[in-house]
Amino acid sequence: MKELRLMKGNDAIAEAAIRCGTDGYFGYPITPQSEILEYLMDQKPYETTGMVVLQAESEVAAINMVYGGASCGKKCMTSSSSPGISLKQEGISYIAGAELPCLIVNVVRGGPGLGTIQPSQGDYFQATKGGGHGDYRLIVLAPASVQEMSDFVSLGFELAFKYRNPTMILSDGVIGQMMEKVELQETKPRWTKEEIVKMSPWATTGKTPDRERNIITSLDLDPARQEKHVMKLDRKFKEIEANEVRYEKINCDDAEYLFVAFGSSARICQKSMDIARAKGIKVGLLRPITLWPFPYKPLFELAGQVKGMLTVEMNLGQMVEDVRLAVNGKVRVEHYGRVGGIIPTPDEIVEVLETKIIGG
Amino acid sequence: METITREQIIKPENLVYKRTKLLTDNVMHYCPGCGHGTAHRMVMEVVEEMGIQAETIGVAPVGCSVFAYDYMNIDMQEAAHGRAPALATAIKRLMPEKYVFTYQGDGDLAAIGTAETIHACNRGENIVIIFINNGIYGMTGGQMAPTTLPGMKASTCPFGRDVAIMGNPLKMTEIVATLPGTCFVTRHSVHTPANVRKAKRAIRKGFELSHAGKGVSFIEIVSNCNSGWKMTPVQANKWMEENMFPFYPLGDIKVPAE
Repeated sequence: MKELRLMKGNDAIAEAAIRCGTDGYFGYPITPQSEILEYLMDQKPYETTGMVVLQAESEVAAINMVYGGASCGKKCMTSSSSPGISLKQEGISYIAGAELPCLIVNVVRGGPGLGTIQPSQGDYFQATKGGGHGDYRLIVLAPASVQEMSDFVSLGFELAFKYRNPTMILSDGVIGQMMEKVELQETKPRWTKEEIVKMSPWATTGKTPDRERNIITSLDLDPARQEKHVMKLDRKFKEIEANEVRYEKINCDDAEYLFVAFGSSARICQKSMDIARAKGIKVGLLRPITLWPFPYKPLFELAGQVKGMLTVEMNLGQMVEDVRLAVNGKVRVEHYGRVGGIIPTPDEIVEVLETKIIGG
Repeated sequence: METITREQIIKPENLVYKRTKLLTDNVMHYCPGCGHGTAHRMVMEVVEEMGIQAETIGVAPVGCSVFAYDYMNIDMQEAAHGRAPALATAIKRLMPEKYVFTYQGDGDLAAIGTAETIHACNRGENIVIIFINNGIYGMTGGQMAPTTLPGMKASTCPFGRDVAIMGNPLKMTEIVATLPGTCFVTRHSVHTPANVRKAKRAIRKGFELSHAGKGVSFIEIVSNCNSGWKMTPVQANKWMEENMFPFYPLGDIKVPAE
């Protein structure tokens, strides 16, 4: 039977973590995502599913706890917001280098620096282009509803374990704080020791006589071997690019213009689309769900159809660079963004569409 | 005179000591005279004698012992610089049936990893921390460490550590002994057979106490760095006795009540 609940985005992440059999959550309080740790501590999953929940001394410690747990083949996650995610970048790079599966949630707030505690999408570059040092990629999922906050926890873990790569849920303060109806998934048991050994034979579960010792490391001082390792990562990233692009198209069949937006901006653009269409402007929306791998191909295809594209982001223009790469000069692409924690209104987006794209 | 052949000496009945099977056949990269090799062997001998190879997870640091996992024949994780206690925290909490230890140098544990060390100790994680203190950054070429003695020379204090400019050496072992989460805090060396035996007994005691849920066992091993100190191994051991031991006195600092 379906279990429906009215939930806050952050609470939905925490509830989904318990239900999908997460083994460990390690976090540190920061606005606007502290409810995740609070919800978990209130639910006490360590008494029911056996999930470990620990408030670490810092975001640095928390991501390194995730490293330690993920190295044992356990389903581990952490969550934070922008300044805290910056602190985690060292650990994220090590996790990617050591090919460990884990889930990292970023409920983005305005930056740079301490910035604001209000919503932002200013961490797009950090999430999709690196953040930490070295050649690596994160699988980045961008939820646009509380339902997706819930669903992307299990999807994020699934992709992380499929590719032995960290997955990030790139949310923002709007999605984290708003309440919506959520259909909860059924509770799955945590993996048993035997299942972990079978699924993740690389994990440090204790060296038994039937196998060589398992070592989790991202270090190799031999350049030839290190290059081989990075090239292996690259093959994996190409496989993810080929198989895991996710996006949503709304009103694109007859579209003459296109909004491109993710997360809460995409929700606002849906309203803008209704307003514009009521005025007779045929505008569609492409919402990237995976920010990496990015939906370059569907955007390239739409570039032959529409007269112009407007990316709407709560930043100074980050995803717009990927959209321009996708269309490769075939169509005009403009950016509209608000920053500092300001959320654009549907009407101002329509006005920008009319002035910058249609009349521009 | 009758000569004794090699074959006559190497006989099972003459064998009094051999290398533990829990050290791999890899040739150690440590400098001749360095204490790391002996400290590695002590940890692995304890794991072998307790019969817990399949139950032990080790965490290696960044520093000279970054490749500890090349020598220890157990499952191991390589941590980022200073973060080993955070990794060990998660490993032990997620697999409480395992024996979990970190092996860290002074720069790793007492400088960049100070927060992770103190908080793991304060939370009372049931892990063993092996802390090798040789007062210098060996791997990067002999820079000043948080534990470098006042007046002691290093490449970043070539005229000796001036505490007025560079601050004071940090006694992490004394600090963690004040925390309620540690059960056993002790300081040893591995530069003489007698000290090796004492250090090994402490390591075993630490493994047993932490596995019994008593909290962190923190075992400092004051060691030498003849390359970094620019001395012969013999001179380095003598210098360690004369200079390091008065500042970092050997012995138990905190033992659990019987």
